[in-house]
Amino acid sequence: MKNLLILGGGTAGTMMANKLRKELKASEWQIRIVDKDPLHYYQPGFLFIPFGIYQPHDIVRTKKEFLAPDIDLLINEVEEIKGRENKVLIKGGQELPYNVLIIATGAQVVPEETEGLKAELWHKDIFDFYTFDGSVALSKKLETWEGGKMVINLAESVIKCPVAPLEFTFLADAYFTDKGIRDKVEIIYVTPLSGAFTKPKATRILSKLLEEKNIKVVPDFYLQRVDNERKVIISYDEQEVPFDLLVSIPVNKGADVINRSSMGDEDGLNFVPTDKFTLQSKNFENIFVIGDATNVPASKAGSVAHFEAEILTENILSYVNGMPMEARFDGHSNCFIETGYGKATLIDFNYDTEPLPGKFPWPVLGPMGLLKVNRSNHWGKLAFRWVYWHMLLTGKKLPVSTHMSMAGKEVEPAKEEEVLV
Amino acid sequence: METLVNVPALATTEEGYLKNHKEWNEDWARETAVQYGIDLTDKHWALLRWLRQKNEEGVALTIRKVANSGLADIKQFYQLFPGGPLKVSSKIAGIPKPVSCI
Repeated sequence: MKNLLILGGGTAGTMMANKLRKELKASEWQIRIVDKDPLHYYQPGFLFIPFGIYQPHDIVRTKKEFLAPDIDLLINEVEEIKGRENKVLIKGGQELPYNVLIIATGAQVVPEETEGLKAELWHKDIFDFYTFDGSVALSKKLETWEGGKMVINLAESVIKCPVAPLEFTFLADAYFTDKGIRDKVEIIYVTPLSGAFTKPKATRILSKLLEEKNIKVVPDFYLQRVDNERKVIISYDEQEVPFDLLVSIPVNKGADVINRSSMGDEDGLNFVPTDKFTLQSKNFENIFVIGDATNVPASKAGSVAHFEAEILTENILSYVNGMPMEARFDGHSNCFIETGYGKATLIDFNYDTEPLPGKFPWPVLGPMGLLKVNRSNHWGKLAFRWVYWHMLLTGKKLPVSTHMSMAGKEVEPAKEEEVLV
Repeated sequence: METLVNVPALATTEEGYLKNHKEWNEDWARETAVQYGIDLTDKHWALLRWLRQKNEEGVALTIRKVANSGLADIKQFYQLFPGGPLKVSSKIAGIPKPVSCI
C-alpha cells in the first residue's frame, strides 16, 4: 500500500483529497489528511460576519463531512516534515511515512509580528476579520459602535485574499449608511502600496468608487507599531494615523511547521518554494504544494487553490505513473469584490494578464461583468457559498476554465505613445 | 556628485517604471537615482542587484522580504530609498511596480 499524505484540510487539501480519491485505486493508495482543527470554515464568509450579513453558523461545518469515504482524516498537529526521510512527525511522536506529500497548510495572520498590535486594545478597539474569532468579535463591536475614525490598515502587501480589505471598506460604508450614522464615521484606508488600486485598468475604472463612498486613502504607509495609549498607528518613516476603531489586516505567514522543518522561503515568511507552473516543491520531487502555502506569485485565494487543484491532480497522476508532468498553472485567479448596496464587481486574471473589463464567463451573455459594478456579480458571490460547499470541496467540475480565458475580455488597442516606442 | 551626460532615455510607464527590465543599465540607474536625490553607494547597488535577481525569479516583493535579505533592515531601507522605499528602489532597479491583484 502506498501513502499519499496531505497536510492541511482546508479548501486546497480537501479538494485534492477528493479529486485524487476518484483517480487512485483504494487498494493501492491510502489517502490521509492531517489537520489540527476538525472544523472547516468558509473563509470568504468572514468578510460578511462583522456586518451581520452571515451568522457564525452559516460558515462552519466539520471537515469530515466533505471528505469522500476512504479518505482518512487525522486530527493532530504536525511537528516536522522530514523531507529527506519521506516522513512526517506528528505530535505524540508518531511518524507517518509517505510516497507523495501535499503541503496545503495555508496562510495565517500573525498580529504578533507588529509591536503593539495584539496588546491592550486587541478585540476592544483593534480587530482583525481574517479569523473566525476576529470577525465575530468585530460584529459585536459594530453593533454598539457609535462612530468615529475607522481605520482599515494592511500591515503587509502579500496577504490572503488581497481584495477583502477593500470589500470590507465598501461594506462598512453601506453598513453605517443603513444604520443612519455614516456622517459620524470617517473611513480611512491605509495601505503599504501606492494606492487602494494598483493595476492600471482597475485603477482607472474603479477608483471613483472611493470618492463616491467618501473613503480617504493613505498610501505608502508601512506599519511599524501601534501606540495603544495614544490610539495611533505609526509607520517606519514615522507617519501617524489616529484611530478610534482599527480594523487590521496583520502580517500573513505560512504555517509554523514550515519554519520548524526549515522548508520556508529565505524571506522568513514560511511560504514554501514551489515551481509556479507545475506546483512541485523546489526541494523535494515527491512533495507538492498548493493554495496559500506556496510562494508562487499568484493571489492567495480560494479560486487560485481551485484552479491549482485541477493542474496538480493531473501532475500528481503523471508523477505516480512515472510520466512527465505536463500540466501548467497559469496563475489564474477569479475574485468577486463586494462594493456594498447589493452590488459587486468581478476580476479575472493570471500571471501575465491584468484584470480587464468585459463579460464573464461567456462573451456578450455574461451574466457577470468584469470590472463592472452590478447586481449579478453580487448574486454570483452569494451563490458561491453553495457552490463551495456542494461542488468545489467535493471535487466536482465547475463551468469555469482552469486556464484564464480571453473570451469576453475587452482588450483596448495600444495607446499611441506605446506604439511609438 | 558626478554629473552624467548622454545617458540614453529608456521607455517608462506613466508612473516612471521601466517598461522593459532587460534594457536596464547602471548609467540609467544612476541617472534615475539622482532624480530622487540619491547618490548610489555600494549598499544601494547590493539591494538593486538583489531586487533584480528576485524579480528574475518571479518573486512578489515586499518591504519585509527586502529586510529579510540581510542587506538592510527596514529602517535602513527607508534611509537608503526615502519616501516609498520599495517603490523608489523598484524604479531604480528597473523592475515592475509593486502591485496587488487589482
